[in-house]
Amino acid sequence: MSRRVSPSLIEVRNVSKSYRRGGQIVPVLHDLSFDVLRGDFLGLMGPSGSGKSTLLNLLAGIDQPDAGEILVDGVDITRLPESDLADWRAAAVGFVFQFYNLMPVLTAFENVELPLTLTPLSRRERREHVAAALGLVGLTERAEHYPSELSGGQQQRVAIARALVTDPKLIVADEPTGDLDRQSAAEVLSLLGQLNDQFGKTIVMVTHDRRAAEHAHAIKYLDKGELSEGADLLERSVR
Amino acid sequence: MQFFKLIARNALRHKLRTGLTVLGLVIAVLSFGLLQTVVGAWYAGANAAAPDRLVTRNAISLVFPMPLHYREKIRAVPGVRRVGTANWFGGIYQDPKKFFPQFAVDAAQYFEMYPEYRFAEDEKRAFLRDRRGAVVGRKLAETYGFRVGDMLPLRGTIFPGDWSFTVRAIYDGAEARTDTSQMFFHWDYLNETMKRRVPRRADQVGVFVVQIAEPARAAEISQAIDAQFRNSAAETLTETEKAFQLGFVAMTEAIVVGIRVVSFVVVFIILAVMANTMAMTARERLSEYATLKALGFAPGYVAALVLGESLAIAAAGGLIGIACTFPVAAWFGTQTGTLFPVLQVSASTTAMQLGAALAVGVAAALLPGRRAARVRIVDGLRAIG
Repeated sequence: MSRRVSPSLIEVRNVSKSYRRGGQIVPVLHDLSFDVLRGDFLGLMGPSGSGKSTLLNLLAGIDQPDAGEILVDGVDITRLPESDLADWRAAAVGFVFQFYNLMPVLTAFENVELPLTLTPLSRRERREHVAAALGLVGLTERAEHYPSELSGGQQQRVAIARALVTDPKLIVADEPTGDLDRQSAAEVLSLLGQLNDQFGKTIVMVTHDRRAAEHAHAIKYLDKGELSEGADLLERSVR
Repeated sequence: MQFFKLIARNALRHKLRTGLTVLGLVIAVLSFGLLQTVVGAWYAGANAAAPDRLVTRNAISLVFPMPLHYREKIRAVPGVRRVGTANWFGGIYQDPKKFFPQFAVDAAQYFEMYPEYRFAEDEKRAFLRDRRGAVVGRKLAETYGFRVGDMLPLRGTIFPGDWSFTVRAIYDGAEARTDTSQMFFHWDYLNETMKRRVPRRADQVGVFVVQIAEPARAAEISQAIDAQFRNSAAETLTETEKAFQLGFVAMTEAIVVGIRVVSFVVVFIILAVMANTMAMTARERLSEYATLKALGFAPGYVAALVLGESLAIAAAGGLIGIACTFPVAAWFGTQTGTLFPVLQVSASTTAMQLGAALAVGVAAALLPGRRAARVRIVDGLRAIG
């Protein structure tokens, strides 16, 4: 494990990734290099198949690049063995998925508590953390409800509570509003903005939605595995 | 706690599917236990055999009797404590379907050698006094409603003619495995009647039951007894009571093997059903397993979830199946009458049932658990449950 001090939370260096499909190698990401500063809110945009979810997966440590290195808070996660990587994810990353990915057999409270069971916190401490997280997303009253008893927006807010309950440095969100109506989407984006503004969480969000992207401080545009950036890209992505 | 909560709630997630799987397991474990119990019943005679009892029979076949005077020669063999005579009577009570074993025995000697047959003293005395008296076991009495004082008519087959007995005693077994489905009457009554009816068949004995002082000398004493009658008109074969009983089992060994095979086939069938259930379950939950792994849970945790759920379902089916085996075996025993004298669910059968259920639970979870543990997170997250 190599560590070094950097103003950037994420440092991506010469990362490439390809997939094998039907015996053919399909390149997805080409020699990408960029930084994400601590406390930043980065939007990743691009057409379908451009590699933005793949890039997000690499940043979150749930997939490995073919080449290059990714340092998160000084830790080169491309060199971590799977067991260490799992521990690292538990401690350093909060996940928000498009389809929420809550455990349907657990209540909202239990879903938020789930990642805390990997920590040495006592039961009482866990309950306090969960109560605080649910309070932050405004779902204290729904703590004992199962996901099937919650609306899409509420489920995504539970997922956000689950993502922040371990107090991770990085929150990755893959199309967090992709399955929501406009009002719910606005609430979720407002929450992510609040986590970024008030709690200093670094957020990387993949989105197709221009309104969602407007909440980000910076936008990177991926097309055919190549990266570019700039305000005009927002317009390009919409087109 | 979260781990067990997840297992319990996942197991109950598809109640119909889980219920049907548990029902299948209950039937399989019950069938397995019942078939093993029937196999055990086959060996009940051998299992109840005492190490200090030998049986001497005609060396050619059990069908051929031996002269009564052999008794004194056997008694004179060193190491022999007692000798009893016994003849298989084979009579019919009302209807051939109402079969139960009947033996003519010299009661005074015979019951001294079988302390596992427990009598009320007054009933035993009454039996010994009555030449036409009979003793029936508790199970036999309950099957046909015999009570002390009842007349018990039999139609002879091996020993022709009509025979009438009076039930003078009902014996109980010292242990649950003791056979109480038999009837005994006085050998002297049989012999004296045969003297009148078919004189050439009098003074003939089916088997001699020999009690020895030292079970360790069984082989030596058996050889000594048989040596007495070598080159005679009725050579003998003496063996331990257990070997004698196993000889009967050997005659029907193919059936026993068949029952055993079927009992294991039943387990394999439910294993296939259970494995299919768990495979479906794991396939449906790939995205959940991937989410857990993304959150930092180890592959072993995910595999343990699958294994735990499989074991919980298997244990539920196994325990209910075991609980059902006892009343069903008891009911089966009443339906088969005296066909199986001792139909008892043994501790080893129960252990085998539990072991089979848990083995099914583990085996059914192996491949789905491996798949769940090894699923790539990015692939699992794309999976649609």
